[in-house]
Amino acid sequence: MRRYSAFAIAREAARYHQGWERAWAAPEPKKHYDVIIVGAGGHGLATAFYLGKNFGITNVAVIEKGWLGGGNTGRNTTIIRSNYLQDPSAAIYEKARSLYETMSQDLNYNVMFSPRGVIMLAQTHHEVRGYQRTAHANALQGVKTEFISPQRVKELVPIIHLDGPRFPVLGGLWQDRGGTARHDAVAWGYARACSDMGMDILQKTEVTGVTSEGGKVTGVETTRGFIGCTKLGMVVAGHCGVLAEKAGFRLPVESVALQALVSEPIKPCMDVVVMANTVHGYMSQSDKGEMVIGGGTDAYNNYTQRGSFHHIEETVRALIETFPMISRLKMLRQWGGIVDVTGDRSPILSKTPIEGIFVNCGWGTGGFKAIPGSGWGFAELVAKGQSPLTDAFGLNRFREGRFIDESVAAGVAH
Amino acid sequence: MLILECPYCGVTADETELAAGGEAHLKRFGPGSSDEEFEGYLFHRQNPKGVHFERWRHANGCGKWFHAARCTASLEVFATYTAQIAEPPAEVIAAIRAKRPDWSPE
Ligand SMILES: Cc1cc2nc3c(=O)[nH]c(=O)nc-3n(C[C@H](O)[C@H](O)[C@H](O)COP(=O)(O)OP(=O)(O)OC[C@H]3O[C@@H](n4cnc5c(N)ncnc54)[C@H](O)[C@@H]3O)c2cc1C
Ligand SMILES: [Zn+2]
Repeated sequence: MRRYSAFAIAREAARYHQGWERAWAAPEPKKHYDVIIVGAGGHGLATAFYLGKNFGITNVAVIEKGWLGGGNTGRNTTIIRSNYLQDPSAAIYEKARSLYETMSQDLNYNVMFSPRGVIMLAQTHHEVRGYQRTAHANALQGVKTEFISPQRVKELVPIIHLDGPRFPVLGGLWQDRGGTARHDAVAWGYARACSDMGMDILQKTEVTGVTSEGGKVTGVETTRGFIGCTKLGMVVAGHCGVLAEKAGFRLPVESVALQALVSEPIKPCMDVVVMANTVHGYMSQSDKGEMVIGGGTDAYNNYTQRGSFHHIEETVRALIETFPMISRLKMLRQWGGIVDVTGDRSPILSKTPIEGIFVNCGWGTGGFKAIPGSGWGFAELVAKGQSPLTDAFGLNRFREGRFIDESVAAGVAH
Repeated sequence: MLILECPYCGVTADETELAAGGEAHLKRFGPGSSDEEFEGYLFHRQNPKGVHFERWRHANGCGKWFHAARCTASLEVFATYTAQIAEPPAEVIAAIRAKRPDWSPE
């Protein structure tokens, strides 16, 4: 792999950009791999990357039915934060956030991590108490957050309207090293690094069946034929239930649509990320100047990657009260992704009833921020059968009633 | 916008008038059942990409619960039917089979 650098840009500029090599290869599938990862979203690719980097396992294929990064990884609003309530969540999300700090250097790929700060607005008294509690929990967990006053919110977000009749701003939970990153670049950067380690990324290859013998996985049926493996990681987000069914077990997950939208580009007006969970809305400004807006999920099972218009209307209607200046903005695009939601709004990183099959899913509405931490922990789980980062997120927690309840504050969890 | 017909009051309601209640026809496992059965009843869901039986409530209307058979891959609605039934009636199965010949109930 030829490294990207200022020097490389100058070199290529001098020869009309003819010399850039392909970022990743498009190989033919081998007959057998030590590990197959299904799903080339951020979590699948990060898992493959850390299997190679931390455990020297490089006979790996990442199988993707569409194009890499074309699932939720390429559809999300890229909010990165680690101010969760429960200890296992704080551990994995803060691991991820800290890995984002150096990801561009680690991957030699500019993922545009922008730790511009994230505010979660407290707009009811219930939220004030909830976020104060989270701030205390974060202090104990070593995650730097702070509960701030409405005046401080106004300093950080001059365009905000504090005294809205329905949703007054009563304070906020502030994480100054939270922020955003370029979602595609995260997928592309990992893919390039994986390909460089000799792993095969098989795009436009759908897994149509999972085969096992005597309770142990043997491989997968795909649209390009059977491919054998010793271990299998299922990392397919909204489609985890469909894939699990093929392997012969069920998951405590439901797939629903989550939408986002962006406005026309405008001059810089807001340089932090603001989340308003009471009204199910959140907003940041992209580098191009668009206001990036997300809302809540639809309530019913859906695989169409389209959501309901009334949800967008509700989100925007509520946000306009808090940000009156956006009322004149034209919206450019709207889209949806199918998110995999669990009962406790926490992910599943786990062994399964079938030996050799591991599942990483349930990130639901908020897994972009977790990509590097999830990859780190899940790679360890796949390689060694156990990982301190993922221990608490096993499937057995449902049977045993050990929920990791992050569904507080209206269940919006970006 | 999803539109369902309430089988009780006959109103054709869009989803803002309705509340989704999740997978239908779950078999309840209570005292005396195994841990696996109880876990399955509480948490495991079929979550299919295709035909799905669901519970809905006409929340901002007559207030009654009812059932719907829907396709989660196309959002097509096959039928809505009474809540007082433990499995989809034969005519609902037939309506689905007419449109999805490859589909069969479990
Ligand atoms: C609108 C929206 C906004 C969001 N906002 C945020 C946010 O601000 N912050 C945040 O942290 N998170 C956010 N999320 C959540 C985040 O996007 C996801 O949790 C995360 O991207 C999941 O990554 P993944 O790698 O698990 O899944 P994906 O990126 O969806 O990748 C799964 C891949 O598996 C492939 N696949 C599925 N079935 C098969 C098969 N049978 N064979 C082969 N391949 C298969 C799919 O094509 C897909 O590419 C948002 C999500 C949405 C939809
Ligand atoms: Zn009715």
